[in-house]
Amino acid sequence: MQTKRVTFGGYGVPALLVTPQLAVTFVFFIWPASQALYQSVLQQDPFGLKTEFVGLANFRRVFADPAYLDSFAITAAFSLAVAAIALGVALFLAAMADWVIRGATVYTTLLIWPYAVAPAIAGVLWWFLFHPTIGIFAYVLSRFGISWNHLLDARQAFLLIVIAAAWKQVSYNFVFFLAGLQSIPRSLIEAAAIDGAGPVRRFRTIIVPLIGPTTFFLLVVNIVYAFFDTFGIVHATTGGGPGTATTILVYKVFKDGFEALDLGGSAVQSVVLMAIVVALTLVQFRFIERKVHY
Amino acid sequence: MWIRRFAAGAAAALAAVMATPAGAVTEIQWWHAMGGELGQKLEKIANDFNASQPDYKVVPIFKGSYPEAMTAAIAAFRARQNPALLQVFEVGTATMMAARGAVYPVYELMKNENEPFDPKAYLPAVTGYYTDTNGNMLSFPFNSSTPILYYNKDAFRKAGLDPNTAPRTWPEVEAAAKKLQAAGVTCGLTNEWPSWVLVENFSAFHNIPIGTKSNGFGGLDTELTINNPLVEKQVAMLADWQKTKLYDYGGRTNKAEPKFYAGECGIFIGSSAARAAMLANAKFDLGYGMQPYWPDVKGAPQNSIIGGATLWVLKGRPAAEYKGAAKFFAFISRPETQAWWHQNTGYLPITLAAYELSRSQGFYDKNPGTDTAIKQITLNPPTENSKGLRFGSFVQIRDVIEEELEQAFGGKKTAKEALDSAVKRGNDLLRQFEKANM
Repeated sequence: MQTKRVTFGGYGVPALLVTPQLAVTFVFFIWPASQALYQSVLQQDPFGLKTEFVGLANFRRVFADPAYLDSFAITAAFSLAVAAIALGVALFLAAMADWVIRGATVYTTLLIWPYAVAPAIAGVLWWFLFHPTIGIFAYVLSRFGISWNHLLDARQAFLLIVIAAAWKQVSYNFVFFLAGLQSIPRSLIEAAAIDGAGPVRRFRTIIVPLIGPTTFFLLVVNIVYAFFDTFGIVHATTGGGPGTATTILVYKVFKDGFEALDLGGSAVQSVVLMAIVVALTLVQFRFIERKVHY
Repeated sequence: MWIRRFAAGAAAALAAVMATPAGAVTEIQWWHAMGGELGQKLEKIANDFNASQPDYKVVPIFKGSYPEAMTAAIAAFRARQNPALLQVFEVGTATMMAARGAVYPVYELMKNENEPFDPKAYLPAVTGYYTDTNGNMLSFPFNSSTPILYYNKDAFRKAGLDPNTAPRTWPEVEAAAKKLQAAGVTCGLTNEWPSWVLVENFSAFHNIPIGTKSNGFGGLDTELTINNPLVEKQVAMLADWQKTKLYDYGGRTNKAEPKFYAGECGIFIGSSAARAAMLANAKFDLGYGMQPYWPDVKGAPQNSIIGGATLWVLKGRPAAEYKGAAKFFAFISRPETQAWWHQNTGYLPITLAAYELSRSQGFYDKNPGTDTAIKQITLNPPTENSKGLRFGSFVQIRDVIEEELEQAFGGKKTAKEALDSAVKRGNDLLRQFEKANM
């Protein structure tokens, strides 16, 4: 089979077409990233009046801080929890939506809405629902004998941000899973049914491997989401507390940079986070074609 | 023919719309952190000033919370786009004082612009906080508050307590809280701004230091001392009360206010400036009292220290804006303006003249309890331990203290462990600040 290939005459038109994307990448990624790298090797007072080059001193200081290493552990636990719950719930809902014939569009539409909610708004909504004094869920829990106070109980605070973050991401995963499920040829499933496989066996041995690429892609996206896009949720609900129980890495960058005005330390943390996301993306590119099979 | 008339009319209109350089109104931007009702009152002050003279226009811009406003101004300064006036809360004082290249000290401004400015007209507790070691005021006092005790008179009646007497000592608070719980109130006591109320003001009111070197006024090589026996006893007691909700922790900043005005807790220790929110939201009779103290501690009750904010002037603006800023400061230090601001917000009347004016207007007779704050802050002449505090990176240190308090109240650490950890982490930050500002 021959594919038609489009070629350009010279470099002029291609350059023009690529320029907008390059400009956006430069302004929103390269410039801030290099600024962060630059600030991470400086010791500055907040107003920028005195600047001193200190080499790797900021890096040493940040990595020696037990609160920073704590934050790594919290972020790891948080992102795994969010990814597991968001993927699990989304897969379940997608399987149900795939199975339903009537009203599928309605369910699909309703299930996608949370994705449009900004993280900060989602945070405020869940903050209201779980507020120890005026929250409805807190009230319902107290009727069951569970005293809810996420301002004091670290585990409850952690649970709150996991729920709020996972809720938002379920919609995104749902869309991809549904598309993945609907792209599986019916003939495979019917053949397995004829061979005597029950629904659970069919799901486990046929559907799950076939949506493998989707799952892997979503896993990386969910982890990146939990690392970075959840700042609004943490800021609106727990503010990193109680103690430092919900201070994930990206929230710590904000706290150290903007509340504590420690620009050098905050820049170091930004650089580390950037390295992590680069590594995750490389992993995704390299392995997505290898480990999963069609 | 009509084209010519039209052109003449258009030219005249255009000339009227375009302000000529000579007669232009100088706009002075004022970045502040007062939202809601307080913000409306602040805007009235600015509007009154603008209406009182034709040359300057103060434009207040709400920038979010105190840390957000301060961060925004700092970032703006780095981009040379800062405002002339900035409202900075008291814990940002050390950072602002250390930024000599960015700050235009108020005493210099008023002297250069020939506007009257007498530090002695202000309350000693206020001037003490914002003067440098030479006795010069660096920022302009505007909204100063202090924590007082609020209580639910209706709940007191229900519990068989005298609704017209506020609990004065910690043993009395404990007894009242227990009676309130016996009468069905969910929690006895709560407070807002944990570090400010439970550590900083608690220490000052009992005349014990928060840190060495006169709470940091004497030098950058200061160290925290909050892990002393009295504070440790207090935190341990509250952590114990938390188990039965005799005391119920309500969160940082002002997050705990709904607990009180929704009727969940019967006693509340909070800023005198919370009065505006209380009056608007509480559906019960409101009572006021001074902060509680331990009667067996020598020197208690001393006087409380202020919270709130002052106005700082930032460099880098055209000279005309500074002329206007000086006039604005002269305007807001008039007794009438001060008295109005105090009476309508719950902030202290920061000049003695404003206090006298409010008294002569009969304000305190008509609104009993509204002079609690000023009485508490002038209870005694301030000592080294109750003049205030001046620690670098204090925004972050307060966060650290509150994190450790949360661990103690949540039962994760003992009071001693929490306070020792707070002192260690706080001292690390103080050393960094010292190194960066030597």
